[in-house]
Amino acid sequence: MIEVQHLTKRYGRVTAVDDVSFRVEKGEILGFLGPNGAGKTTTMRILTGYIPATEGKAVVAGYDVFEKPIDAKRRTGYLPETPPLYPEMTVRQYLNFVARLKGIPGAQRNARVGEIMEKTRVTDMASRHCSKLSKGYRQRVGLAQALIHNPDVLILDEPTAGLDPKQIIDTRQLIRSLAGDHTIILSTHILPEVSQTCQRVVIINRGRVVAIDTPENLTARLRGSETMYVQLDAGNVDPKGVLEQVPGVLRVALADQRESIVGFEVESERGSDIRRDLARTVVGKGWGLLELRPMRMSLEEIFLHLTTEEREEDSGAAGPPRADEESEAANEPAGASRTDGEVLGG
Amino acid sequence: MGNVLTIARKEFRTLFASPIAYIVTGFWALAFGWFFYVMLHFFLQRSQGMPGMGPQTVNINQDMIRYVLTNSSVVILFLLPAITMGTYAEEKRSGTIELLLTSPVTDLQIILGKFLGVLALYATMLLVTVLYVALLFWFGDPEWKPIVIGYLGLLLLGGVFLSVGLFISSLTKNQIVAAVATFVTFLMLWVIDWMATDSSGTTGSVLRYLSLTGHFDDFSKGVLDTKHLIYYLSFISLGLFLTAKSVDTERWRG
Repeated sequence: MIEVQHLTKRYGRVTAVDDVSFRVEKGEILGFLGPNGAGKTTTMRILTGYIPATEGKAVVAGYDVFEKPIDAKRRTGYLPETPPLYPEMTVRQYLNFVARLKGIPGAQRNARVGEIMEKTRVTDMASRHCSKLSKGYRQRVGLAQALIHNPDVLILDEPTAGLDPKQIIDTRQLIRSLAGDHTIILSTHILPEVSQTCQRVVIINRGRVVAIDTPENLTARLRGSETMYVQLDAGNVDPKGVLEQVPGVLRVALADQRESIVGFEVESERGSDIRRDLARTVVGKGWGLLELRPMRMSLEEIFLHLTTEEREEDSGAAGPPRADEESEAANEPAGASRTDGEVLGG
Repeated sequence: MGNVLTIARKEFRTLFASPIAYIVTGFWALAFGWFFYVMLHFFLQRSQGMPGMGPQTVNINQDMIRYVLTNSSVVILFLLPAITMGTYAEEKRSGTIELLLTSPVTDLQIILGKFLGVLALYATMLLVTVLYVALLFWFGDPEWKPIVIGYLGLLLLGGVFLSVGLFISSLTKNQIVAAVATFVTFLMLWVIDWMATDSSGTTGSVLRYLSLTGHFDDFSKGVLDTKHLIYYLSFISLGLFLTAKSVDTERWRG
């Protein structure tokens, strides 16, 4: 449903997104995980046609976003980091405007707006001005806006950022319920979020894809294993089975192959150094051992980074509002705990 | 076309959701009314005859309405920056531009929509002043064709200001910066007219050709000249073209 190939975005000398490739199948929820400034927003903006890429190709719902932007946009719903609300419009007026903009015919418009307000549970705020909505409702109206034309693809940039714990749970539930009908990409810098919502994760750091896997596999790989890269020339034999027999090896995955030269990622239990056994086995078989090295532990570093940020996030939710939420800070007493549905300034 | 109207409607409503539309329209009605009153007063004095001279033959179109329109064309110079300042700047500041640019509409549709939206407010302003002119028809017998042409000129002149204002608003995130820059630009376009009257030869004729207000002169007299029509329309297209380029550049720079 979404196919991204060698996407690169440069701003002058800065490379925000560097040769990113991935696929998302129909009905799948893909998590985009990475620390702040990793290139998540930039990638999403390219996919939605907001900015063009410097290099590479992106196909959304069967349409190239650079060559057929209008067709691609018609099938994409996008929730940017800050919900794009017009403060002077009421929720109903706003959704009506977006419905027009997305090309929903007049006869269906009102029904569709009502339907989507029910789905995202903002109906009781229908005639309130967007400027008077609480953070939680803003996010929901933002989601309603992205869903209004029933798009094939949904792109959500940090959909739970700045919400309180109950709102976060509700939003995740809503997103999960949307999978199947919609193909979803959501970005987050919170590790548990992906394991709870997504079927697959792309970990991105400094603009590069570090790993793509299911949350379970990633966690397993990180928590209890070490990975070794081994490149060898085994002639016509498939060495995978032999490598799996080496004591301590958990998993062997093909990394690259050029004629008879193959590279494997070999995972082993943490703490056991399998390099000697691995080398002995390969040499004993009479194969050529071309390379043997531990994989860079960048994944782990990122996870460490992410988990620390999660902790900050948690304590931040109970503490005073962050500096980047000045608009809220004006209305909300520091440290106030809000229940879902409470409205600021009302 | 549907998309253009959707955006135009939104733009028009946004202006009326803030006090700006009311303040601008109110002040405009006041200024126009003042000029109307003053010019009517002079006109009546002249038609009754100056002391020592007999009554003169005067024409209400040429000796009154024309001057009302010329004078009020200066007022729009001060008012229109307030209408265009937010068109792009505010969308960029609040992030709603992301909604527009990721919706299935083209840049050109957005620009035309925004232009039509602000033009609709300006047209509303002009419509308000039709009330004054209607008074003349009630009590007198002016020719209607020159008046219509005068208003057309006023609409085109304002259209130029609006398209330039739209362009300047697309360059910044700050409405105030947009308003001030637009006002200064308008002022410069206006000052060209003074320079034109003071210079002679080629410089003079080039400046005269460029002068925005100079081209309004014939319209105010009720003369419809394609030369001026083309001048204004190409100036409007230039403003919209620059806006399109600015939006596109912004996109590439991200």
